[in-house]
Parts: sequence; C-alpha cells; structure tokens
Amino acid sequence: MTITTADLVELELPAGIDSTQATTILAEKLAASGRVTDQAGFLADVRAREEQMATGLEGGIGIPHARSAHVAQASVAFGRSAEGVDFGAGDGPATLIFLIAAPDGAGADHMKILGALARKLIHAEFKDGLREAPDAASAATIINEGVGA
Amino acid sequence: MRIVAITACPTGIAHTYMAAESLEVAAKAAGHEIVVETQGSAGSTPLSAEELQNADVAIFAADIGVKGRERFAHLPIVEGPVKRGINDAQGMLSEAQAAVDAKPAVDPAAKLDTSGKLPANPGMASVVAPGYKPGPGALLRTWLMTGVSYMIPFVAAGGLLIAIAFLIGGPEIASKVNGGTFDGQTYKEIADITDIWGQVGIAGVLFKIGTTAFSMLVPILAGYIAYGMADRQGLVPGIVGGLLAVSINAGFLGGLIAGLLAGAVVLAINRIPVHKNVRGIMPTVIVPLVSVTIVGILMIAVVGSPIASLMGTITDWLEGLNGTSAWLLGGLLGLMMAVDMGGPINKVAYTFGVASLASGNQEVMGAVIAAGMTPPLALALSTVVAKKLWTTEEREAGKAAWLLGASFITEGAIPFAAADPLRVIPSMMAGSATAGALSMAFSASSPAPHGGIWIIALIGTPGLWLVAILAGTAVSAVCVTFAKTVGRQPAAKADAQAATAAAGAPSLTTVAG
Repeated sequence: MTITTADLVELELPAGIDSTQATTILAEKLAASGRVTDQAGFLADVRAREEQMATGLEGGIGIPHARSAHVAQASVAFGRSAEGVDFGAGDGPATLIFLIAAPDGAGADHMKILGALARKLIHAEFKDGLREAPDAASAATIINEGVGA
Repeated sequence: MRIVAITACPTGIAHTYMAAESLEVAAKAAGHEIVVETQGSAGSTPLSAEELQNADVAIFAADIGVKGRERFAHLPIVEGPVKRGINDAQGMLSEAQAAVDAKPAVDPAAKLDTSGKLPANPGMASVVAPGYKPGPGALLRTWLMTGVSYMIPFVAAGGLLIAIAFLIGGPEIASKVNGGTFDGQTYKEIADITDIWGQVGIAGVLFKIGTTAFSMLVPILAGYIAYGMADRQGLVPGIVGGLLAVSINAGFLGGLIAGLLAGAVVLAINRIPVHKNVRGIMPTVIVPLVSVTIVGILMIAVVGSPIASLMGTITDWLEGLNGTSAWLLGGLLGLMMAVDMGGPINKVAYTFGVASLASGNQEVMGAVIAAGMTPPLALALSTVVAKKLWTTEEREAGKAAWLLGASFITEGAIPFAAADPLRVIPSMMAGSATAGALSMAFSASSPAPHGGIWIIALIGTPGLWLVAILAGTAVSAVCVTFAKTVGRQPAAKADAQAATAAAGAPSLTTVAG
C-alpha cells in the first residue's frame, strides 16, 4: 500500500495561486486516481480543517489535510511551488505542499503511514530531497521510502 | 532529564506526529530521554506506569484536551500549542529543564506520593498500578496552580503600574482618579475614562490601567482553575463565576470557590449521557449555558448572601469594640487584613479604617495600612533569606513583591496565598496582627487611605510606624519560612510553584476607593 505515486506529484505548481487553488490542483490528482471518491466533498472537509487552524508550518511547508468519508485510501498528493503558496505560516509561504487524505474510520495501519509521513516532515534531508527531486517519479519514491511503504 | 510528552491536534493525522518527532529529535540531540504519547488517529500507545513514574517533567504540545491529564499530576508540566512542539521544541525543552531545576531532586518513589507525607513503604513504586491516580490533594494543587500561573502576569502588570503611578503622581493619584478624601482634600471621581489624561496626566492613566488589570485577577484565577479541571469548557463558567465572586465581595477565596465549582459542574454535565444528535452542540451551547447558570446561581444565592450578612455582622462587632485597648483593636484589624486579602473580612477592616478617618481617628488607618503592607514584604524577604525553599518562579515574584508591599498593594501576595493557603495565610495573619497592634500602640496616624511607604511624610510617628511594619514583616517571614519547611516534602512543595506570598492588603477596590 503506497501512499503516493508519480501521478499524485506536481513539481511545478503555477505561480500566483492561493492555498485553495493549490489544494484543488492536488485534489484533482487524488480524484483522478480514484483515491478520493468525491473531490468537492473532500475539499470541503479540507477547508473545514484549514479554518480551524492554518496548516502552514515554519520552513516552507503546507499540510492541508482531512479525514474524510470521500477518501478511499490513505494518500498524499505532493506539490512543489517555486515562488511559494501562502498557507498561513508565520515565516512565509510554503514551497512544499502535502495534501494528506485520510479515510474516515480507517484502521490504524492507514493512520500509521500518515503519521510516519508527518514525522518525516521534521527532517531536513527529507525536505531537501523533495526540493531537489528531478522528476515526479523520484519525488514519489522519496515519500514512499520515507514512510517505509 | 527524563521527559514524558503528549502531542495532540484536532485531526490527529499530521501535527500530532510532527510535534512528536520534533520533540524526540530535539531531546535526543540534547541528551535527554523522552517518551511521547501521540494522541492521534492511529491510536496511541499509552505511557507505561514506569515511564510516568521515572519521568522528571511532562511536556504537552496539544491543541485539544490532553486525555488522561491526571496521570501527570506528580510532574511539573510545560504546555503549549501543537505548533510550538513542531517549531520550537528546543524552547519547550529548556522550559522543561527550568522546571526540573526548580524542583529539588528526590527519591523517585517519593514523587508518586501526593499527600505531602513521607511514603510509608519505600517500595511503593512497585505497587503502583498502570491505572495509578493521584490523590485528591495533588489534583487540587494542580488545579490551583493552573489558575495561579495564569493570574501572576496580571498581578505583575497591574501592581507595578499602580506602584509606578504612585511614584510619579504621588499617592493621592488614587483618590484623584477614583474620588475620595486624601489628607483632608476631597476629590471627585473622574467618571469618563478619557478625561483622566487631561485632568491628572499620565500617572492617572497608568493607575487606571493598573486597576483595570487588577480587576481581572479573581476572574482569571477562577477561570483557569476551572480550565485546569475541565479544559476549555471550564473557562466560561469559571470566569463568570470569578466576576460574580468580585461582585459579591468574596475576594480571591470566592474566586477559588467559583473556579472549583465551575470545573466540577462542567465535569458533572459531561458525565450525563446525551443523545447523539445533541452531542454536537454540547460543548458550544449546552455546557456553557447550563454550567454558567448553575455556577452563577450558586455564587449569588448560596455564597453571596452569607458573605453579605457576615460583613454586616463583623462591621457591627467592630464598631462595638470602640473603646477597647488600642493595640488589641490594631491586632484584630491586622488579622482581618491578612485573612482573605481583598475578600469580605479584609474589606470590612479597610472600610472601618476609612470610616474612622472620616470621623477624625487617623490611627486606625495607620494600623490598617501597616498591616496590609507586611504580607508581600514578608514573602519577598523569605524568598531572599530562604532561597532554597522557593522555586525560581517564586523568587522572581518575590522581587516585585517588595515594591507592591511598600506601596500597600496586597494583591501581590494573592498568587502565593491562592497556591498554598493553609501555610501562607496564617503566617501572614501573624505578621499583620503584629504590625497592626504595634502601629496602634505607637499611635501612628495616617491621614491618607492608601499609598504605603510613599505617605511616610504624612504619618504621625513615622519612625515607630516603620518599626511596626518591619516587626510585622519579620514575624510573617519567619512564620512562612517555617511553615514551608514542615508538613510537606520538597518535591511536593515545588509542585506548588508559586506558593509565595502574602496576604492582605486592601484590595484593588481599596485602592479604587
């Protein structure tokens, strides 16, 4: 059970978009792959979470996420933005964006993988690897290997 | 240091784990041992009884209530939002280190004892079950400390502002702003707050800001005691109960009651099983509405009425005492000033002083002021001469207490009395009684109703009045220092971190006149 694939990676998010647009671009990929069954419903759940507290983190990271009934499989779509997208972090826009989709009522296995991904985000070498990844496939490999799946 | 930590966030799939990783990485880098319980969606492996028992300190990085908070009652706790765990793990670790340093090392088995008495069985650690729960004493102390730690900044900001206002505007600034008679001069209250600047200048403005900060002491104390018990849901009934405690003149002791009551009511409401459809609006509508109503009615009807009649009774009794020996009256007033620090009894004593002033007897006021100054001074003194008995936080608070005591601002003592009332209040009463009795015996008169040391030039026998204050300070300092060494283990003592201070002075309302 891998949590991401090359199809779920967008290394060149367009410039000048906001967090909603970035999240939508990534959600489209999740929906196209069948991992998200209802794109609009899933985005609504993500927005609800984002409204509780912005998900931007120091160091240029944005982690929009939700547990949602519209998710079939624990997944992450990854986007990279050269100029950055504002996710409300105190120190500036996010250049690495992870849209994390967790199935509602999922078993602990799904959640452990997502937990492992979250833990990886702390480590500079993981983030640097993604910043320097030459193509979508290698970015997906870094993420999947990072969470041990 | 050995750390146990909890991380938790609303969704439980991302921040929880990032904070855990961040804390673990930072702790390892600094050579600490850490075990993190991630209260996230993946289910969490609870901390073992052994890990809890061996820990020196707990760190909570959580945006939602920590489950099983009572497991940590024996530890100092460093707490922050989950993002702080992610972005500033090192900062949380250094706070944890400071908390550990402030706490004397003890035998690990002793840490589990929550009663403050020596464990009867040194091997008790081995009989502690995984479901170990701290005793009621330790829980109560944790709750009180939560309230006190949130209140301390209000005391510092408000107290120092009032003292600064006295320094630059003279002690009569209080009467100029709030109205009243000061050294024969009568002032009218400035009703419109925006007129203060123009009429009495910056000192008046600072005084007003200071008294406003002080007006939040009891509500914040009550609110965060309830918060400590019942998390966020406790805040509303706690704060409203605290405001009502102020309205019914119940002082900080009334605030303690309001806070504990609010926490208990919220916990009780949450035990009532409700239908699934109602559950959604429980935390946002039902619990606030019901808990505020219950706490409010109890505060007004059950707590308020007896206090009102108590104040009446004591006032009558005090007036009946006119004509007894002066030093006895002074001693009694001293006891009253220190017993509840701005509560009903303190208020009766202070009002009696002001009334005596109006009828031409200035000596009662002199005794009341002397008695109200000694509690913060005594605590400040104790934190200097008996450093080891006090934590870092207490010693810091002690520094401000010098100025607050000198300015007759007894509120500086409330945090310490609220944290450890049984040891602090009687000690403060002894010194205030000494100061009051001596001041009366020396016929030290004060024509002003406030101002502390800054009105020394107006005092009838200033030298002897100072002697009375110094003697009272010494008595209270000796008593509280002694009280802090008995009946409690050092570790338990440190748990009650801010348990410093003093009782007594005429409350903000005193200053507010």
